[in-house]
Order: sequence, then structure tokens, then C-alpha cells
Amino acid sequence: MMVAESLASNNKVLKIRNLSTHYFSRRGVLKAVDRVSMDLRKQEFIGIVGESGCGKSTLAFSIMRLIQPPGKIVEGEILFNGKDLLKLKDEEMRRVRGKEIGMVFQDPMTSLDPLEKIGDQIVETIQMHEDVDKKEALEKAMKLLESVGLPGDRVNYYPHQLSGGQRQRVMIALAIALNPTLLIADEPTTALDVIVQEKIMEILEKMKREGRSIILITHDFSLAAEKSDRILIMYAGWIVEMGDSMKLVAEPLHPYTKGLIESVPDIWLARKIKTMPGFPPDLINPPPGCKFHPRCPKAKEICKREEPPLIEVNGRLVKCWLYE
Amino acid sequence: MASLKAYIATRALLVIPTVIILLTLVFFILRILPGDPIASMVGQKVPPEVLERLREEAGLNKPIYIQYFEYLFNIIHGNFGRSMIWGKRPVIAEIMDRFPATLELTIFGFILSVLIGVFTGSIAAFKRNSKLDASMRIYSIIAYSLFIPWFGMVLQMIFGVYLKILPIAGRITPGVEPERITTLYVLDSILTLNFQALSSSLIHLFLPSLTLGIVLSGAYTRLVRNNLIDILSQDFITAYRARGVKDRKIALHAMKNAFIPVITLMGLQFAILLAGAVLTETTFSWPGMGTFLLERIQYRDYNSVQGAIVFYALFVALISLIVDVIYALIDPRVRY
Ligand SMILES: Nc1ncnc2c1ncn2[C@@H]1O[C@H](COP(=O)(O)OP(=O)(O)OP(=O)(O)O)[C@@H](O)[C@H]1O
Ligand SMILES: [Mg+2]
Repeated sequence: MMVAESLASNNKVLKIRNLSTHYFSRRGVLKAVDRVSMDLRKQEFIGIVGESGCGKSTLAFSIMRLIQPPGKIVEGEILFNGKDLLKLKDEEMRRVRGKEIGMVFQDPMTSLDPLEKIGDQIVETIQMHEDVDKKEALEKAMKLLESVGLPGDRVNYYPHQLSGGQRQRVMIALAIALNPTLLIADEPTTALDVIVQEKIMEILEKMKREGRSIILITHDFSLAAEKSDRILIMYAGWIVEMGDSMKLVAEPLHPYTKGLIESVPDIWLARKIKTMPGFPPDLINPPPGCKFHPRCPKAKEICKREEPPLIEVNGRLVKCWLYE
Repeated sequence: MASLKAYIATRALLVIPTVIILLTLVFFILRILPGDPIASMVGQKVPPEVLERLREEAGLNKPIYIQYFEYLFNIIHGNFGRSMIWGKRPVIAEIMDRFPATLELTIFGFILSVLIGVFTGSIAAFKRNSKLDASMRIYSIIAYSLFIPWFGMVLQMIFGVYLKILPIAGRITPGVEPERITTLYVLDSILTLNFQALSSSLIHLFLPSLTLGIVLSGAYTRLVRNNLIDILSQDFITAYRARGVKDRKIALHAMKNAFIPVITLMGLQFAILLAGAVLTETTFSWPGMGTFLLERIQYRDYNSVQGAIVFYALFVALISLIVDVIYALIDPRVRY
């Protein structure tokens, strides 16, 4: 009930309800995304944070409907600008990809076709969605490259002639070529050094100022805290906490969030870093009750038996028995 | 581009020792075999002193090492010598009579093998783990292990003897040969707009090049399938999809990427192709280099055999160079 109320608000670009995506392997069913609900406002920048393997990419690919077998979206709704993406025909969904939702991938070294010039890849993308001639599309491609901080003449380059950071700029140019309302960046800077990372983040923030909504997926908590309006914490396929970035950092509710914050290195306070004990669970045979309880310092008896509800606390949502 | 030129130059230089080694082997093997061109030409009934005189004239009585170095010296100067039997025509002229036939057969066989291989391999990859994929795998294994003379004969039986719709021997219906320009019948008949010659040479080409094409396509089927599956799982394919590029276009991009190792195989296959062409030519009485070589080995026509081998080796080297250049043209990572 409370979930529904707190999420109900206008101006939503994206509304995800009860989304589950599973991978079907010989060992069993892996619930990579497990009944996730979230929403995203116009011009909002949200960060999705979680350890490796908690289902962040699966969530992103589910929104794009790019889940490949053995994976499958098994239930839920993805309402994007009012239409349920999961109900669209394949061709309708193709027109949404690139045109209305852009996506930037983790590894810029492998995300561009090595045999095609940068310009040709951008032109092809533009011409897939808009009826423009090649010359016009090429001019647009040069402007796009300039808007992400690359000289326009890079249209004539092949991917292998660019550095990782330059390629990631190209990936962003490709993702925004058709001015999508939503941009999903899945760990866009993991493969890049810190200075380049900052540049890429500046571009994302500029995209936001220009009116787009941004989903930044990262396992870097401090990066998300610094850049995003809201943070969404994922653990083992669940969203365990979600709320305003400032508040979430100042006063984390979920024990997992606290653990994440304490494990962030802090050069000013020179505080001792506490690494969280244990490992994320095997998602094929997750622990009963709360999936976090084996690692939780505050685990109670009920945590071992029953799945916690998502509870609203001070305008934030947390999936934990402590707040019941 | 500079490095490509250097590479080509190195490759071209490496051809020289290869050819010399090959030539040396052939030279001595021919002379170890019993018999010689004189005996096989004039037969056994000639008096020994006549045989001796003819051998003297042909220079076969000189010490072997002198013969060897003389021959090497001539070859390096581009002099292939003359045939040692009957007409004693220049070896080069004999080769030029026969080579276009082989070239024509090889080109058509080659194109067919690549087309069939890319087609079957792509189907297998796009429909991976389906029944279609399994059938393509069986196809590739069977095609790969077919014995050319046997398979050629099966095709001859079906299309020539039973259905009677295709000729089973020769290059063209005698009497309709096109005016000689390149001696490639297909090309010459197009150049002279001789459609009768064109259709006749094409239908004669059909069975031999199909035989060759199918047998050689098996390796491509496997390679294309495996490459394409690998490419289709790569990030940039997902990235294409995430930009709303149409499946058909993505398939073309994937195939272009999967084609790169195929080009390497094309270079390697070419040598096999020539060996296959020898078998195909004998099966279909095709008047090319293969039948020429076998005939001249029987007559111990030293100069013709040696000349043909050198010519073959140079040709294979040239083709693999061309393949490398194609490679560089498709893959920018090699080019820059
Ligand atoms: N193709 C697949 N087949 C089977 N299991 C998969 C597949 N892709 C992902 N998974 C599993 O789904 C779970 C979530 O994976 P996902 O890639 O979404 O995690 P992530 O949070 O993006 O991790 P990372 O930070 O490492 O990118 C993992 O346990 C992973 O092993
Ligand atoms: Mg990921």
C-alpha cells in the first residue's frame, strides 16, 4: 500500500512495477531481478548502486528489452512515457531503442563495431530512426561528437584509432544521437581512469541539464552520491533502499547501505575502512527470509524466516524488518 | 599503409626460397623415377645408339648437378625451356594453353565454395542449436570428407547420364570456341558478345566447379558458423540492438566481422583448391594444368613438369598475397 502511494506522482518518465527477470540454467532458476519497482521523474538523475552480480545490468537490459536466452522477463510492467514496453511489438520496441531510450555500455573497447568508421556508425543509427540523407546525418554526427568533446573530424576514424575515453564519448554521442528522453549508462566509467571518468560524468550532467532523465549504474557509491538526485541500492536482485542521495548518505537506513558507505575510502577523515564481511549470496539458492541476513550485523529471528516488506521511512523506502 | 607494403615485399621475397626448394625436390624426384623422356617418346624398339644420341642432344648425359644448375640458371632468367617430347614447344606456350582452363575452373569452384560455405554457415549460426544447425553440421562433415573423383562421378551419373541435362566432359562444345583473347572462355565470350560460346562454356563448367565447390565448402561452413556465433555474442552487437538498428542490418555487420578469418582460410584453401582441381580435371576430362601435369609426368617430360610446378607455386604465392590485400581492405586494424 505504502509503496504504491509513495510512488504515485506525476511527471514520471519511467515507472517499473514488480519486474522480475530470471536466468534459466541447468542448476536452477537465477532470480537476477526480483520483483523490482521503481520510478524516474523527468530530468532526474538516479544512481543504481550495488555489488557485482546484484542484477544492475540485468535491470538495465530488461528496460531495453535486450534480455537474451537463457534470460527472460517473467513478470511486471515497464511503463515508459505511459506505454508498457513489455507489451510492445518487436518492431515498436526497436523504434523505442535509440530513439527514446539511449544506452551507454560498460566497456567502450568492445562496444563499437571495429570494421566501421565512427561516422558511419552514427549515421546508420540516425538513419534507422529519421528520414535524413547521408550528408545531413554526417553533419549531425560531427556536431554530436563536438557536443561530447571530440573534434568533428573523428567521424573518419575507426574505433581502434581512439582511446578508451574517446570511445566512451563516441558511445555517448551514439546514445544521444536521437535525443532520447532517457539515458541509461551502465558503469560507463569503470574501464576508464579517474580524470576521464570526471569528463564523462560532466557530459552526463550536461545531458540532464538539457532535460533528459539519467540512470547511472555503478558500484561506486561515492560517485553515485555525488552525481545523482536519488540513489537506489540493489542487493541480490532486490531494491533494498531508495531515496534522496543527500539523506541516504547522511542517514543510511538499511544495514547493507551502511556497510557500503563504511567501505568507501575517505581520504579526508582518514577513517578506517570497514569492509563488509561475507559475499553476496548464490542467487539460485538464496538464503530464506531476507537475502541479506547472513551478512547482517542486526539480523533478528524474523529476518531468517520471512521476506521483509518495503517500508516508507521519512520519505524513503527501505526493505528491512528493523523498521517494521 | 607503409607497413602493409613492407609486409607484401617480405612475403614476395619469401616466395623465392620456397620455389627453389620445391623445384629442387621435383627436379631430383623426376630423375630418380625410372625412365626418361627419350625412352618414353621413341619407345623400346629403337637401337641403343640412337637413344644415346638423342639423350646427348637433349643434354641428359651431362652430370646431374650440371643439369640442375643450368636449369636453375635458366629459370631465374625466366627461361622455362622447351618440352622434351614431340612438338618440343616452349613450356611457357604449353602452360598458357592449359592454364586458363584451370583458372576458370578454380575461380568458379572457389566462388561456389565460399558462397555455399558462407550461406550454410550463416544459417547454422543464426539458427544455432536448431535442427537446421545440426543439418548444416552434417553437411559440412560430409562435404569435407567427400572424395572428388567419386563425388564427381555421382554428379556425372545424375546430371549427365540419368537426367541428360549437363555435359560431363570437356570445356566447351567443339566448334563454338570464342575468339581467343585471354583463353578464359567465359571472359572471351563475354568480350566478343558470343552468347553461344558463353552458354556452352558455362554449362560445361557447372558440374566440375560444383564438385570442387561443394567439397571445399565444408571447411567454410564450420568456420563461418563458429565465428558468427562468437561475433553475435559480442558487446557491439548488443550495442547495435540498443540503438534500434534493424536485425537485418546487424546480421550484415556480424557477417562482415565473421568473414575476416574466412579470408585467411581462403588463402590456405587455395593451395588445396589446386590439388582438388587436378582430381576434378581428370574426372571431367578438363584440359587444364592438372591433366597436363599428369600426362607429362607419365612421359617424364622433365621441363614441362618442372615448369608447371614453378608456375603453380608462383600462382599460389600471388593468390595468397591478393588475399592478404583483401584482408587489409576489409579490416581497418590491419590497414593502419
Ligand atoms: N546470460 C546470463 N546467463 C546466466 N546468468 C546470468 C547471465 N547474465 C547475468 N547472469 C547472472 O545474473 C546475475 C546478475 O548479473 P548482472 O550482470 O545483472 O549483475 P551486475 O549487477 O550488472 O554486476 P556487475 O557489477 O558485475 O556488472 C549474476 O548472478 C549473473 O551471474
Ligand atoms: Mg553489470
